[in-house]
Amino acid sequence: MHTTPDNAVKNTPCDSHELTRRRFFSRVSVACAAAIAGLAGVPVVGFLIAPIVRPARPQWRGVGKVDSFRIGQTVQVQFSDPSPLPWSGITAKTAAWLRRVGDDEFIAFSMNCRHLGCPVRWVEGPRLFMCPCHGGAYYEDGSVAAGPPPEPLARYAVRVKDGQVEIQTSPIPLTTFKS
Amino acid sequence: MLKSLATIWRFIDDRTGASKIVVPVMNHIVPANARWWYVFGSATLCCFIMQVVTGIGLALAYVPSGGEAFQSLQYITQQAPLGSVLRGMHFFGASAMVLLAFMHMAQVYLHAAYKYPREMNWMSGIVLLLFTLAMGFTGQLLRWDANGVWSTVVGAEQAARVPVVGTFIAHAILAGDTIGGATLTRFFVLHVFIFPAFIFAGVGLHMWLILRHGISEMPKAAEPVVPETYKNAYEKRLKKTGVPFWPTAMWRDAVFSLIVVIGIIACAIAFGPPVLDKPPDPTTLNVNPAPDWYFLFYFAILSMLPASLETWVILGGPLVVILGLLALPLLSNRGDRTPSRRPWAIAIVVTSVTALIILTIYGARAPWSPNFSAKPLAESIPATADPGIHQGAEVFFNKGCIYCHEVNGDGGQRGPNLSRVGDRLNEDQLIIRIKNGGHNMPAFAGRITHDDLTTLVAFLSSRRAGNPPSRSAVAELALTAPEPPDHK
Repeated sequence: MHTTPDNAVKNTPCDSHELTRRRFFSRVSVACAAAIAGLAGVPVVGFLIAPIVRPARPQWRGVGKVDSFRIGQTVQVQFSDPSPLPWSGITAKTAAWLRRVGDDEFIAFSMNCRHLGCPVRWVEGPRLFMCPCHGGAYYEDGSVAAGPPPEPLARYAVRVKDGQVEIQTSPIPLTTFKS
Repeated sequence: MLKSLATIWRFIDDRTGASKIVVPVMNHIVPANARWWYVFGSATLCCFIMQVVTGIGLALAYVPSGGEAFQSLQYITQQAPLGSVLRGMHFFGASAMVLLAFMHMAQVYLHAAYKYPREMNWMSGIVLLLFTLAMGFTGQLLRWDANGVWSTVVGAEQAARVPVVGTFIAHAILAGDTIGGATLTRFFVLHVFIFPAFIFAGVGLHMWLILRHGISEMPKAAEPVVPETYKNAYEKRLKKTGVPFWPTAMWRDAVFSLIVVIGIIACAIAFGPPVLDKPPDPTTLNVNPAPDWYFLFYFAILSMLPASLETWVILGGPLVVILGLLALPLLSNRGDRTPSRRPWAIAIVVTSVTALIILTIYGARAPWSPNFSAKPLAESIPATADPGIHQGAEVFFNKGCIYCHEVNGDGGQRGPNLSRVGDRLNEDQLIIRIKNGGHNMPAFAGRITHDDLTTLVAFLSSRRAGNPPSRSAVAELALTAPEPPDHK
């Protein structure tokens, strides 16, 4: 079979050397591009996920004097997030439903409905926590009374210290996948 | 003067090659018979450009800070010159963009323009639609009022249902494990930089594919798509009957886009921007979070599902729909295009549109939500010889029954309407229902006194066909008749 001079050149050993050289340069280029992407990307991605992998440490936050709560009454209290950013403003605040059940005994319910996180409100008449979003309802102990919530209301840790009621901050309760 | 301008232009054109790129694009031949059918896509693009322009305008004053965004929006709405119109244009522009994107999609689907060789036109369009919806959701959150804050929580909670990585995604959405200062900036970056960048790239690809494959013709029964011969046949037909895009076809796009823009501005002036809810204070619990109108259908679906299916639908529903839409042109890329030969296509569009409209109306009414604004019933219950009935109406209100049950047009719609419950249930049955609850009703045993239960049952037993006039009728009576002596 006759070949053109061009093809003849390509088939020489010299040509295979040429190809290796080209391959080397293309690899260098790809490696450089990957290095640039990595060098620029790592700090950005790190910055993005830092708040997730390094969650704020829980803090005890005072919500009022023990005597300011009546036994049996369920009231809304508010406190600040564990490490608010200077520009958080009012978004740094969180609320909970606090009930005094004994002299030094308190229960603090999270206000997030366990269905999709909407804020439940305490309705004194029927003594229920009711969610405005999809009609979830909870009894006064936080167990599910009606509607779609799959789990009872979450609770915060509460303690009494030096005559002050303190609530321990914690993440928004998330209802996760259960097959 | 003109001569030197022409010299400058010739220099620029020679060095950049501008007219060699633009002229063939403008003059490319398109089918003559599409007429007004193809204006929806270009109008969607026009809306996007409007969103970019009005968005830049809003960004001049909007402060993406958790603590100050709300005040900056109040400033834009109430004080800034034309700020209210600008916000309104951005809102109605978004609404129009969503609406037109769906209309464009319906038209392309009905005419089967997604078939060979335009499969990727369709797929890139689906991706653009998803980004458009993502822009809608993040845009609603940037309003950063109480509704925005709680919508973020609802979004994070839905993401948390994803197996294994759910909590991680939810915390990525919240930028931490609670709402805080970092949450809003995250959505600002998505809404203002990342998603628009993807939309620009997507629009570029979408447009390039239009040029590469040409605009599809109006479907004809005699011209089914045969991939093996399609391109040749299309070009032959186009040479014979096609018209240049500029200006023979484009003037309709321009006219329709102008009408859309006038409509957006008219709505912005007439209705104003969406009213800001309460400030984004996570301790304000008397809120009623609901999505903007384009997600009301999804709100309705999530509300009406049985709880056991919920996680599967939250996770699987969007996935199945998105994958199905992406796969459509791969599953069917040949054959008939005309709607008359694809009756199921018409059925699918009609069913989907009807379902979306019904679900949207349902989502707006949200009958599954307790009606916390219900007024005391006792006022509208006419006094009878039995004072227990009147007291029972008060118990009905005080115990919150009215939040979920309607009586004579007042109250919630979550539970059954009790205006005629006396005809359905006797006193014993009523007591059992109230004490034990059931279905979606809390049990009231132990949380209602014997006296309250007695009067409540007396009141409910008296709710029978015929006897109780509606609130409006009572109001009329109250206007014309003196107050009953025992109505105190």
